[in-house]
Amino acid sequence: MHTVLQQVINGLSLGSIYALLALGYTMVYGIIKLINFAHGDIYMLGAFWGYYVINTYHVDFIVALLSAMIVTALAGMIIEYLAYRPLRNSPRITALITAIGVSYFLENGMSYLFGANTRNFPQVVKQHNFTALGISISNIQVLILVTALILMILLQLIIQKTKMGTAMRAVAVDQEAAALVGINPDHVISFTFGLGSALAGAAGVLIGLYYNSIDPLMGMTPGIKAFVAAVVGGIGSVPGAAVGGFLIGLLETGVQAIGLSAYKDAAVYVVLILILIVLPAGLLGKNVKEKV
Amino acid sequence: MKKTITKFVGAAATVAAIMAMAGCTAKNSSAKGNTATGDKVKIGLNMELSGAAAGYGEQQKQGFQLAVKEINKAGGIKVGDKKMKIQTVIQDNKTTTSGSASVAAQLATKDKVTAVVGPATTNDGTASIPNMTKAYVPTVSPSATDPDYTLQKNGKVQTYVFRACFNNDLQGETAAHFANNTLKAKNVAILQDNSSDYGTGLASAFKKAFKGSVVSKQSFAEGDKDFNALLTNIKSKNIDAIYVPGYYSEVGLIIKQARQAGINVPIIGSDGMADPKLAKIAGDQNASKIYYTTPFSTMSGATNKTAKKFMADFKAAYGQDAPTFSALAYDSVLMIKQAIEDAKSTNSVKVAQALAKIKDMPAVTGTTSVDKNHDPEKPIVVEQMTKGKVVSATAVK
Repeated sequence: MHTVLQQVINGLSLGSIYALLALGYTMVYGIIKLINFAHGDIYMLGAFWGYYVINTYHVDFIVALLSAMIVTALAGMIIEYLAYRPLRNSPRITALITAIGVSYFLENGMSYLFGANTRNFPQVVKQHNFTALGISISNIQVLILVTALILMILLQLIIQKTKMGTAMRAVAVDQEAAALVGINPDHVISFTFGLGSALAGAAGVLIGLYYNSIDPLMGMTPGIKAFVAAVVGGIGSVPGAAVGGFLIGLLETGVQAIGLSAYKDAAVYVVLILILIVLPAGLLGKNVKEKV
Repeated sequence: MKKTITKFVGAAATVAAIMAMAGCTAKNSSAKGNTATGDKVKIGLNMELSGAAAGYGEQQKQGFQLAVKEINKAGGIKVGDKKMKIQTVIQDNKTTTSGSASVAAQLATKDKVTAVVGPATTNDGTASIPNMTKAYVPTVSPSATDPDYTLQKNGKVQTYVFRACFNNDLQGETAAHFANNTLKAKNVAILQDNSSDYGTGLASAFKKAFKGSVVSKQSFAEGDKDFNALLTNIKSKNIDAIYVPGYYSEVGLIIKQARQAGINVPIIGSDGMADPKLAKIAGDQNASKIYYTTPFSTMSGATNKTAKKFMADFKAAYGQDAPTFSALAYDSVLMIKQAIEDAKSTNSVKVAQALAKIKDMPAVTGTTSVDKNHDPEKPIVVEQMTKGKVVSATAVK
């Protein structure tokens, strides 16, 4: 029983990272129907920024987290402006391939500039464990869960309660109609990229702190898993991405817990295939017919 | 999606490589192999400088360049009665088998190198063998550890393939003997890196030689960061030790997460762990009761003059402690230098013959001889780490 509960905690803390990343995928997809494959690499940029400011300026965790969110938000907007905006009216596949190109550019650019070595993230928050009823949970795990939940609630508030959020939802429904009523779609799309990238940057710093190891290719696998999480939850749906992230985290942990560790990645992709066959709109996605 | 694209580019590269090869075989038919024409010996580096193994490739490149710099500073390699400096040709194989094959063809037939160092991984190395063999140019891999790497399918040795590292069988067996005899472990859990032949090869060699029972055998992949689920699973079993064949980047995290989960049994590993970064990633307070088999360590300097000089020079050149991969790449260059001097020629065929006959050559990773399978014979040690520091290195027969 202890073991099972412990595994649930392991799964939730892994899942919260996937959830933060999945939110970025789902928001961008919701608005411009683009799967931004470079999203995982934004997460890497966040981790490297955290590494840099903590080592160079000896700032504390909160400053590192917030500054990483600002920097990755800017990076996301710049990428959108340079790489995706000129392709706004091109076929979707063009933008998709560009996204893969941007992903390679970021991975190899960082390896080239700073070296491909794994480096250890400075431990600004000292880790200690709380133990209750034989289950242990570390303060960093709690920190990750809490930060992830706060960011998700904030995101939901921004989308539902602010003017910009209303504009985002309007652009997601119909870009041209939104422009007709005075919304500038370019600003809204740029804002969406910034918001999604900021969440990825936060996830990067949290991961750096939790696992203490970062490298330029760290965004690859989590990026793809988070994409799966977004699809499972229903791509385009913000609560769906959060739910999907936690589910994928729990699934991966569960598969390892029953001793099938060699298949943990396979299990995630099997779920992707099953969802696409059985429930193509995802768990919380709306099944909208495409207009012709 | 990414994979498909890599494959497509890879296929194009292979075609290019085959075409390059086709052009040159005819030219080389009269005189076998490459011979230096000017006053410099060309040595190539076919290395993983980008892609998944770039972290290890980068370290090997540093070791390679340091060795060349020092040999050139001392006047170069003595060939017969004159001294020739080394000219390097460094190429990136992008951690792809097709890239490695095409780099091999380029180095051997276009750049006409006398010998090649690399690639780092068994997979990429194996892909380079056909092109190296066709061009009669020897290659010394610093870190391709699969036992079959230097052998042909029929069990005969590959004439032009050498390595500076131990093969998996030797390291796995040494670790098993250590667990049996020194730690007196009865029940062991294995966590293997199943994304490389290195991890799986070591795990099966260990399992074969270990006398107790393996109660749990689990896998992880390169780049994984979360091992809590695996460790929680192991914790509920009654184990005396964990065997983790893998590289420092993942093993460091396993050590950290194991100690934080309250698993305090000895953790045994292999030379992929012998890196100063291990303790940094794991955290000094977690890195106790850690043992690993290795040909090189930060303690080597105490007994080995070549190693002492290498470590001082490495620190001066790159500002950090020398990792094992750099040491092995450095030794690969030393082996080639020794072979050129022994052969008194820069002809690649003669150098390959001399490489096979190297005996008692002083090297950073211990006095090295090359055996009939082109494996190096040198002492292997088990290092013990306490609080992030290597406290002892025990030689194992």
